[in-house]
Amino acid sequence: MKVLIQFIKDGLFTITHGRKSYHVWMSVLTLAMLVGAYCYYIQLDEGLAVTGMSDNVSWGLYISNFTFLVGVAAAAVMLVLPTYILKDLDFKQAVLIGEGLAVAALIMCIAFVVADVGGPANLWHMIPGIGTFNFPNSMLAWDMIVLNGYLLINITIPLYILGKHYMNKKANEKVYLPGVFLSVFWAVGIHMVTAFLYQGLQARPFWNNALLGPRFLASAFAAGPALIIIILGIIRKYTKFQIEEKTIKKIAKVVTVAAQINLVMLGSELFKEFYSPTHHSQSAFYLFFGLDGKGALVPWIWTAISFNVFATVILTFHKLRNNMNILYTACLLLFVAIWIEKGFGLIVPGFIPGSYGKIVEYMPSMIEVGVTLGIWAMGAFIFTVLARVGISIETGQMRYKK
Amino acid sequence: MCKENNHSPLQNREAKDADLPLEAAQTEVDGFDQVFDMQMNRRSAFKRITAGLVAGIGAAATSCSVAGSEKSAEKAQMEWEEYFKGNYKVMTEEEKKATVKRIEKSYEQRSGNSLSVSSKEATPGVLFGYAFNISKCQGYMDCINACVEENNQDRSTQMQYIRIHEIEKGHGINFEKADDNYYHEVPAKNHFYMGTQCFHCENPPCVEVCPVQATWKEEDGIVVIDYDWCIGCRYCMAACPYDGRRFNWQTPEIKESEVNKNQHYLGNRLRKKGVMEKCTFCIQRSRNGKNPACVEACPTGARIFGNLLDPTSEIRWVLENKKVFRLKEDLGTEPKFWYYMD
Repeated sequence: MKVLIQFIKDGLFTITHGRKSYHVWMSVLTLAMLVGAYCYYIQLDEGLAVTGMSDNVSWGLYISNFTFLVGVAAAAVMLVLPTYILKDLDFKQAVLIGEGLAVAALIMCIAFVVADVGGPANLWHMIPGIGTFNFPNSMLAWDMIVLNGYLLINITIPLYILGKHYMNKKANEKVYLPGVFLSVFWAVGIHMVTAFLYQGLQARPFWNNALLGPRFLASAFAAGPALIIIILGIIRKYTKFQIEEKTIKKIAKVVTVAAQINLVMLGSELFKEFYSPTHHSQSAFYLFFGLDGKGALVPWIWTAISFNVFATVILTFHKLRNNMNILYTACLLLFVAIWIEKGFGLIVPGFIPGSYGKIVEYMPSMIEVGVTLGIWAMGAFIFTVLARVGISIETGQMRYKK
Repeated sequence: MCKENNHSPLQNREAKDADLPLEAAQTEVDGFDQVFDMQMNRRSAFKRITAGLVAGIGAAATSCSVAGSEKSAEKAQMEWEEYFKGNYKVMTEEEKKATVKRIEKSYEQRSGNSLSVSSKEATPGVLFGYAFNISKCQGYMDCINACVEENNQDRSTQMQYIRIHEIEKGHGINFEKADDNYYHEVPAKNHFYMGTQCFHCENPPCVEVCPVQATWKEEDGIVVIDYDWCIGCRYCMAACPYDGRRFNWQTPEIKESEVNKNQHYLGNRLRKKGVMEKCTFCIQRSRNGKNPACVEACPTGARIFGNLLDPTSEIRWVLENKKVFRLKEDLGTEPKFWYYMD
């Protein structure tokens, strides 16, 4: 108990003290969160009519970001698996960052779902026992279980390890290893279940496709670790935390393989949609070429495809990939590409054309953008706090003193 | 802040006890036993605790204000009970009656007018079905107007359950050649008309996906929504292949004089923002042996409604004697809405 109070005190000290750039960063995030909160207040007050969504396109930016971030959260497994199970010591420094990222991404996921529902005050209807939880029929019910479970796992394992280190003790493998094993399967689970959420709808041929789940995994294991590489690069530059170049290079290999597999699957999907176009290919036509002169997503998807291909080609050549600055650029391009493609590039065309062929486009409103930015800022804020405390413990700056 | 606040724990306890006249009457127990020794299930426990809490808050608020106190406390209590009332699908008969009564009372308090909300169950041996005669429909849209008036839909966004698609002849039944938003004299030359609405599928995908079971298929085949239980995630909207569901993107508005006061809990009672709604085959009418408003309003007789289990019904005659078909049959949803031609 005494340790816990001291831990909280030390933690608060750590996150409230830093250099000027750190304070500027945190202030910017706080401001963005406040703007987001204000936008959300307007949305609560007036209803979802203030968003760009309609009866035709009934899911938009919120659900798009939710889908993408599930992938980012799942990506932690690509660091967890080699570190704890394959005992590859090179990943050891990065794994805590990966888990911190997973926690932040999951909280953002839940925030996006809450922002999207019409009656957030009624969300207790989902709590098993009190409400009527539609399990196992509803994939959304499954998703709530796996997301919250994954959040729990990713909070407890690092908390245990860091707590032990904080008390100047060694973490006992026997305690946390079962949780690690569980988290590996769980990570695959969260992304497959999220894919099934869409894949299971016979009403939406664009999603009702057996490749959706596997492609979610491939793109997640590219985008997530790509983000981790960028973050590690920043941490390397601005903190005393030792992250060796070979750690980053190993993660880069993971990103490369995942990005390559993702491209193969993309090719397979494009072939199916455009070689023998059926009535069900209309959404793909809308996404890539526009329909009836309406093509709001066309520039976005081609940006995504070109970023995606370009980044994957760069990553494929060892010489280019091993140059750190080129690597960071490629990772950034890949991250943005997959954010577009697995975000609104996937969700919005599912609704266009509508059930009876009607083409109504979707454009997010400023309120929606404000809430979205606010949630991203919240995620960045949470991650910064977690990473800062984690790094302080690992570098020995923050330790329990009797 | 006011000093009388200190009284609220006591009043709270009193309110709680007052809430439990049955238990108190059954056995002689002191206050301690009454509170801690009671047998209750989780839901009722939750409800009682929260009801006690709100009564306490209400009492505290009341003691500060001078007038109208009792009424506002009662209102707060009622609102609280409404919020925690549970899913209609799993309510007991008494709970259903209670919530219906609360809805009626709260409407009366708000508007001064009375309301009749029914909780009538499905009649055994009844399974509702619908048939639409493509040859007869002329696109007058009287069905849509009747539906809006009957079902208290939001007037500000012009929510409509029914869509009439004006389809160009010569392309078969091709919805890509259709327009459901026309403003000209009908019937238009070289066009025919087809209406769509919720098809009340036997295998409704919308029901499967709802995370909180706020929507389900009743015994008589009508797919309904508990508007108070819906969380507004719109997963059902994504799952419906027939554009059968509508969402309240903002607070629905309807003039007091235009409110249809003859209501059913699962049908046309007033909705709120952020929840789903849809066609219920006018459950408030059909369960009382009447045709839905759209059927009654149709000037051409293109709409047939009835009991599929009754061999003498008109709908059965249509199904047995006409070449009928349904939309998107390959999806396996088994709609109870057929189309036919003369």
